[in-house]
Amino acid sequence: MLNRISGIFLKRHINIESLNVSKSEIEGVSKFTVVVFITEDWTRRIVAQIEKQIEVIKAFYHTDDETIYQESALFKIASHLLFDERRIQNIIKDSHAQIVTVSRDFFVLAKTGRREEIDEMYHRLEPFGIMQFVRSGRIAVSKAEMRISALLKEFEHK
Amino acid sequence: METLKAKNIKVKNQTPLKISGAEALIHCLLAEGVDLIYGYPGGAIMPVYDELYKFQDRLTHVLTRHEQGAVHAAQGYARVSGRVGVAVATSGPGATNLVTGIADAQIDSTPVVCITGQVTRHLLGSDAFQETDIIGISTPVTKWNYQITKASEIPEIMAKAFYIARSGRPGPVLIDITKNAQFDELEFEYAPCIAVRSYEPYPQPDPKAIEAAAALINEAKRPYIVFGQGVILGQAETQLKKLVEKAGIPAAWTILGLSALESDHPMNVGMVGMHGNYGPNLLTNTCDVLIAIGMRFDDRVTGDLNTYAKQAKIIHFEIDPAEINKNVKVDVAVLGNARESLELLLPKIRKNRHEAWHEEFREKYREEFETVIRNDIHPTKEGLTMGEVVEVINQATQSRAVLVTDVGQHQMITCRYARFSQTKSNITSGGLGTMGFALPAAIGAKMAAADREVVAIIGDGGYQMNIQELATIFQNQTAIKIVVLNNDHLGMVRQWQELFFEKRYASTVMTNPDFVKIAEGYHIRASRVVKREELKARVEEMIQSGEPYFLEVKVEKEDNVFPMIPSGASVSDIRLK
Repeated sequence: MLNRISGIFLKRHINIESLNVSKSEIEGVSKFTVVVFITEDWTRRIVAQIEKQIEVIKAFYHTDDETIYQESALFKIASHLLFDERRIQNIIKDSHAQIVTVSRDFFVLAKTGRREEIDEMYHRLEPFGIMQFVRSGRIAVSKAEMRISALLKEFEHK
Repeated sequence: METLKAKNIKVKNQTPLKISGAEALIHCLLAEGVDLIYGYPGGAIMPVYDELYKFQDRLTHVLTRHEQGAVHAAQGYARVSGRVGVAVATSGPGATNLVTGIADAQIDSTPVVCITGQVTRHLLGSDAFQETDIIGISTPVTKWNYQITKASEIPEIMAKAFYIARSGRPGPVLIDITKNAQFDELEFEYAPCIAVRSYEPYPQPDPKAIEAAAALINEAKRPYIVFGQGVILGQAETQLKKLVEKAGIPAAWTILGLSALESDHPMNVGMVGMHGNYGPNLLTNTCDVLIAIGMRFDDRVTGDLNTYAKQAKIIHFEIDPAEINKNVKVDVAVLGNARESLELLLPKIRKNRHEAWHEEFREKYREEFETVIRNDIHPTKEGLTMGEVVEVINQATQSRAVLVTDVGQHQMITCRYARFSQTKSNITSGGLGTMGFALPAAIGAKMAAADREVVAIIGDGGYQMNIQELATIFQNQTAIKIVVLNNDHLGMVRQWQELFFEKRYASTVMTNPDFVKIAEGYHIRASRVVKREELKARVEEMIQSGEPYFLEVKVEKEDNVFPMIPSGASVSDIRLK
């Protein structure tokens, strides 16, 4: 399924900015959240191609304003910096990041937020040295209703 | 991802039968009404072949000489019969050899179910002998595909495969079955699939859209219909004819729509597209309402989209929502099966004649006839033309034959000049343009319509891409008639080289073998025509022969197909020479 969906973007040379696949509120239904920067015209065509796939229940498209969205990131940083660099502690406070773990060698910061916030935190931490950085794909819920359960019921009754 | 469960109904209460997966597969095929399949055996599909051996009285397996031949034969069978074609192959190379045919079936909306063997479950991912990820490979070119790894999945998945292949906009489905699933036993119970969650094959036409379409058509002064294969797949031939007759609308066809409306129908104005007729292309940019029925505005039909029918209101009758506004922005889209939509439209359509508008098409036809057609079908020069061969075949078959073409100049010429009196009679590789399609597809076509004459018209290039299928023809005594129009070139590419690459004939000159001897080597009756005087008699001899027959016609080496819309040019820029 992932192959089928990503192929639709790939063959049109549309760069997938982020892709997240997870379970949804309905059992047996997965939710793909795909972020792309393309014209609305292309988006409509892509959505039609996605919906055409046999196992796709429904494809929607939204602009940023129409969704509530978040990304997560993890920063692995050398432990001594936590004690040597006062500014790091400020960054942690300012960015509302969480300290997930601290060990002798490293500590891990987790940050959830919008892409810009994570980027900003990255840029502030970068000068001190980041051992590892990873960011998740965007997850989002639409402000408008997504009538998936209703659609599934309609299918059942056909 | 979780597999969706097909919604099944139980046909009857039977006590479950404990049988092997391979046997279950055969029962599934029989339950779907399949009595003929094409294929090629190999290691990973052997349990299935063992069952085919046992069931040969009820299910005929035609051994082609290449898996590509099997899938094209299944396509030919499907296109002529309207039923689902089935092709079987082993894992690895067997499966990958199917891919071209699957892609062809996908782009030309042909209902085909391909069944491939796969290495046993525990060897998956180990780079085992003849293991290939055919699911991954075939994903972009299938309507649906699935790998069965447990015998118990077979009935439900096969039911779903057939349902998906044939319903809505048809297409190819590939089912990959691991060897353990073929050997293992299951309690067999079969129920046909009637629906799949999330799949809506037949959108209901919107009455408002029908109303809007009718209003545009009734108001139109120069309405123009372009129809495609959707008319044939949707069994809407009668409705199309009623529409063109009632509203007096000139109707042109795409090459896959060809034969949906008989050739001599007064409203049939010919072919659109790159090598289509002059009027139908030119007048696309003169009509005021363009009514597209079951066609998808392929680039070979539209040419440059920025100059395509810009003056016209466009109505699109289409079953696949993804085709709406894909290439051409339309004013009214009527989603739904062509037959159903046209049925709803017909009572709302006012009678009309549009005499003056028809006269414009006739005038353009006369112009095209003088410049192109006369020389093509009644040539006065010494060399034989492809067009005159097609014309002689028309006469010898009284336009009742199924014509199967390959890809290239002979294909365009055949589509331009062939005459048809019944639907599902023009079988060709349109969207994908697969050379090598015709010979095996003709085998399938003939097996689907044993009572009809099936003539494969092929170029010397494409013929050699699946020439091995002569053995299949010989072994099964499939009485198809093969006409190779031999110009010792890859003619269409050569034509482009002549027109756009200053006659640099890079790799388009073919030194060909003795095709007659080759056919005779396969014990197929064969002859060759090099002079005009011999043509008619040979073609008649071929048509009258009740057995397979091969005819090579040596045609002019450097003829071009005209009219022509150069690639990317506007339909208005169609050239007559």
